[in-house]
Amino acid sequence: MKQFKPVPLLSLRRVGVGLLAATTLFSMVACSQNTNSNTSASSTANPNDVTLTVRGCTPQNPLLPTDTNETCGGNILDASEAKLIHYNSTTAAPELDIAQSITTTDAITWDIKLKQGYKFQDGTEVKAQNFVNAWNWGAYGPNAQLNSYFFAMIKGYDDEQCTDAKCSTKPKADTMSGLKVVNDYEFTITCSSPTSNLETRLGYTAFAPQPDSFFADTSANKANFTKAPIAAGPYQVTQVSDTQFTLKKFAGYSGKYPGVVGTLIFKVYTDMNTAYADVVANNLDLDDTIPSDDLVGNLWQKDLVQADGSPRNGSATTGVIDVLSFAPAKVDPGMADIRIREALSMAIDRASITKTVFNGARTPATGWVSPVVDGYKAGACGQWCTYDAAEAKQLYQAAGGYPGGTINLWINGDGGHGPWATAVCNSIKNTLGLNCVVQTTPDFATLRDKINNRQLTGMYRGSWQMDYPSIENFLTPIYATGASSNDTDYSNPTFDSLLKQAAAQTDPDKANEVYQQAEALLGKDMPTTPLWYRATQFGWSDKIKSIKMTPFSEFDFGSVVLN
Amino acid sequence: MTEIVTAATPRPDEPASREQARSLWTDAWDIMRRRPIFWIAMVLIVVFVLMAVWPALFRADNPLLPNMCLLERARQAPGVGGSAFGFDSQGCSIYDQTIYGARASILVGIITTIVASVFGAILGTIAGYLEGWVDAVLSRIADVFFALPLLLGAIVIMTALPTPSSPSTGNYWLSIFRVVLAMALLGWPYPFRIMRSAVIQVKPNEYVLAARALGASPLRMVTSHVVPNSLSPVIVVATNDLGSYIATEATLSFLGVGLPSWIVSWGGSISNASSLGLIRQAPFMLLFPSLFLCLTILSFIMLGEVVRDALDPKLR
Amino acid sequence: MGKFITRRLLQMIPVLIGTTLLLYFLAFAMPGDPTAGLCGDRQCPAQYVAQFRAEYHLDDPFFMQYLNYLNNLVHGNFGVLLNGHTVVQELAVRYPNTVKLAVIAVIFEAVVGMAAGILAGIRKGGFIDTLVTLFTLLLLSIPVFVIGSLAQLVFGIKLGWFPVTAGDGGLYSLLMPGLVLGALSLAYSTRLTRTSLVENLRADYVRTAKAKGLSNARAIGIHALRNSLLPVITYIGASFGGLMGGAIVTERLFNIQGIGLLIWNGILQKQRVAIVGPVTVLVLVFLLANLIVDVLYAVLDPRISHD
Repeated sequence: MKQFKPVPLLSLRRVGVGLLAATTLFSMVACSQNTNSNTSASSTANPNDVTLTVRGCTPQNPLLPTDTNETCGGNILDASEAKLIHYNSTTAAPELDIAQSITTTDAITWDIKLKQGYKFQDGTEVKAQNFVNAWNWGAYGPNAQLNSYFFAMIKGYDDEQCTDAKCSTKPKADTMSGLKVVNDYEFTITCSSPTSNLETRLGYTAFAPQPDSFFADTSANKANFTKAPIAAGPYQVTQVSDTQFTLKKFAGYSGKYPGVVGTLIFKVYTDMNTAYADVVANNLDLDDTIPSDDLVGNLWQKDLVQADGSPRNGSATTGVIDVLSFAPAKVDPGMADIRIREALSMAIDRASITKTVFNGARTPATGWVSPVVDGYKAGACGQWCTYDAAEAKQLYQAAGGYPGGTINLWINGDGGHGPWATAVCNSIKNTLGLNCVVQTTPDFATLRDKINNRQLTGMYRGSWQMDYPSIENFLTPIYATGASSNDTDYSNPTFDSLLKQAAAQTDPDKANEVYQQAEALLGKDMPTTPLWYRATQFGWSDKIKSIKMTPFSEFDFGSVVLN
Repeated sequence: MTEIVTAATPRPDEPASREQARSLWTDAWDIMRRRPIFWIAMVLIVVFVLMAVWPALFRADNPLLPNMCLLERARQAPGVGGSAFGFDSQGCSIYDQTIYGARASILVGIITTIVASVFGAILGTIAGYLEGWVDAVLSRIADVFFALPLLLGAIVIMTALPTPSSPSTGNYWLSIFRVVLAMALLGWPYPFRIMRSAVIQVKPNEYVLAARALGASPLRMVTSHVVPNSLSPVIVVATNDLGSYIATEATLSFLGVGLPSWIVSWGGSISNASSLGLIRQAPFMLLFPSLFLCLTILSFIMLGEVVRDALDPKLR
Repeated sequence: MGKFITRRLLQMIPVLIGTTLLLYFLAFAMPGDPTAGLCGDRQCPAQYVAQFRAEYHLDDPFFMQYLNYLNNLVHGNFGVLLNGHTVVQELAVRYPNTVKLAVIAVIFEAVVGMAAGILAGIRKGGFIDTLVTLFTLLLLSIPVFVIGSLAQLVFGIKLGWFPVTAGDGGLYSLLMPGLVLGALSLAYSTRLTRTSLVENLRADYVRTAKAKGLSNARAIGIHALRNSLLPVITYIGASFGGLMGGAIVTERLFNIQGIGLLIWNGILQKQRVAIVGPVTVLVLVFLLANLIVDVLYAVLDPRISHD
């Protein structure tokens, strides 16, 4: 449920699967020596002495795992945190990190054993209590943490919540009854209802443990702690300033995913065009956002080459899906007829748009779930996601057209969405003869405000970046009745009961099968129409020979190979 | 785009009666019509205004109609595929976009200038004529708006003003007036200051005193004696500012807080074309709307020059 | 003079209060719930929203909020941003960047502007004059973001003379952005120098000097120049405040972490404290620069008296 938050100009959230990227790197010539003169790193340098600068942006919140739900802070935290689960940087599959084992028999009660000797960056050991306390603190209503709902499946979560928004009476409890410490290296989680993918969820940022010093900090919202956060991961945040964040390699890290270079500096960029210019000029070492105008004509692949001609750019499929939401019928009666929604969906020439506007960096979507996750099955959208001008026009006319003859497509102006939205509108306009207008709010907050208050008619953009690699994460939070991101007020009892059934399955394959049945219902009801799956393009400087990007569109700093 | 006072503003040094004021304008006209630059500017302005009023005259098609933008011809260079200026990233004809874009830019420039000058001049006259506490209050208010940087202030105002949504003629004008309001709010103090000091200088002259002795009402005195003799510096400033308003509108659109995307404007077209990636690959997308924008601003600046030379007695 | 300065300083007080009131009102009027965008595509937890609103006094009536803010402002408390940094901290980091940029722009407009203006003014109507006039007209008519992008393309990418962005904050990398920022004022200062020089060259005292047998160069150098540069210098001084406030586009194009970007982010994220305080600081700089220039003018030009 991590979401897309458009930070300054277009930074995504963390995202899903990759690998396409890395394969392009190993071209034959890659072995020629270190030809570029202005590189500070040479093959003989100790990687611990190397500093890499990474494109960053200004985190919106203090660096707390339970309060960070956007990429700017998330990228920094994910480099510094260790959790029970680590997502494979290529396949996104969950792998045990701090956890020694995670077991259940009924998908309700889970037993978690920890590895011994795992250290926080202040030298203290990571123990079961550090998880339980951190989660209890994050879920506790009065602490008002943005990510508190991640703990909602744990039994006793409701007792920790306030009865009203102002929290005038303290909640019944400040701990969750579903969390029990067995000993220093073992604890149990009891869920309030079956949660078959719990293990997969535990790799999300919010589930990080906190050291004892965190709980000792009495300042408001842990202000002192967040100035120099202590975590258990490969890099320690040593400097937090307004324009950059410095992370140093943690010498006491004993896990399986150590960093390579000694220092990482996240440098704040406001405009992705400038970050791109800097990585081209080797003034920035790692850039994870290539502006779409530089994808045109493969300009970026021509710009980002090593002195020996081998590429210093890559692309990784990531767990993000872009959709167009249709306004609920009670807000916009013109959208009530499903044939109108189907016609609109069919009138969008996804293939041409991904080719011309994104130069192939997006893949036309055929369903509502990103291909990077376990449980993905192509084709849930069927014919409605295939461009067919004649059929679309016929359906549209049979339905009597959209009242008023002008439909809106709403986007936020600070995310670089203009080009594709205009192209989608033109496609609809040319196909249906319906005047389609791109409406731009100045910023993301205004768009969300209008969506939350159900003030928008027509269509609006939605982008979902997975929080954890599971088909469930693409369905429940967005389409379950009353779900927190259900922007279209979609409600289908069959769909809801399928989700419940799937969550209760202990066999993952069975669970996925039921989830797929639920997804197929979206194809029949069309509350939204899928547009495309994302891939993240990235580039690096001549200091680096290669690096991988994870399916969460974060750099895998453990995969750095220096030149 | 910060607005800065250019020092060489003319003052109505020579006091004149109403007849003299009239002869000032006749003299000015005589001077202007002998300058070739005046005629060049006028021709350009007439062309652009025609473009704004009647784009079909230039054989341009409305780029907002269906099938005007086809992705398969995106970024085709000028001359290829039937558009003299080429096609933009969406496959729309840049020629059509540029011709149709004239309307919004020119409307914004002209209306802002008129609103700011008239509003500033009226308040300036009041402040200068009445003096005392009215003057003090108005002057401090003007200082507040004067001290706010034009671009920064306009951005803040634009984001605070509600956005009209669906495209309709009414909303077209509303959108234009949003931009006008933002810029005029920050632009009026300059004509205000100039008008105020001009009025203060004109007021003690004999013909004004004479009119008062003859029992003329204050309103009549102001409209028939004070204003005509104080107006020329305001007009000079207005013609000079027009260009900078047009440029500011383009910058606002570049930042995404100007006109909505369903209004074709030069600022919007330039903004869509100005990323480094596109400049390197499809420079014509930037070239043509910028060229038209520059020529428009240029023609108003040239006009302003000529008007200033003609009205400023010191330069004669 | 002392009286003049005191009066001007006193006049600044209502102006500054008016500025904060206006800005606060505008920031207050910004449509949309400031918490709406904080939780991605998800609605924020109710308690988070409630705590947020309490922290920023969003539920108080406008005037209470404003007075509270003003009270904090007077005590040097500019407020706290969402990410926990105080606005004062941010200003401390960003202010020098914007000042450096504006100083480069001022030096540029002073040196190049005066030189070009003098060359053009000495031979009014000559070849150099026409060239300079055309060039200044061009500068005046191209929006700054176009000039900036073209400079990045030509001097940064094609020729490689300057870094394309100024992320490192070094003086050399600020050079190109400074020139871009100063381009518009350069056009003004050039034209002002030229006009002023042309006027003075026709003035009686220069003719007298020449009649008395002074060489052309001395007449221009000593008499005309000194008098004609005075208004130019005051213009350039006064433009400093305006340049700082106008740097927002330049800062964005070149990734300079200055005040303009702080305000811009504040607008996008609806963080009032990041808008009102920093803009007020810019207004104060503008007012002080103007005051200093007026005082200097009086000191340099004996004909002007402020008493």
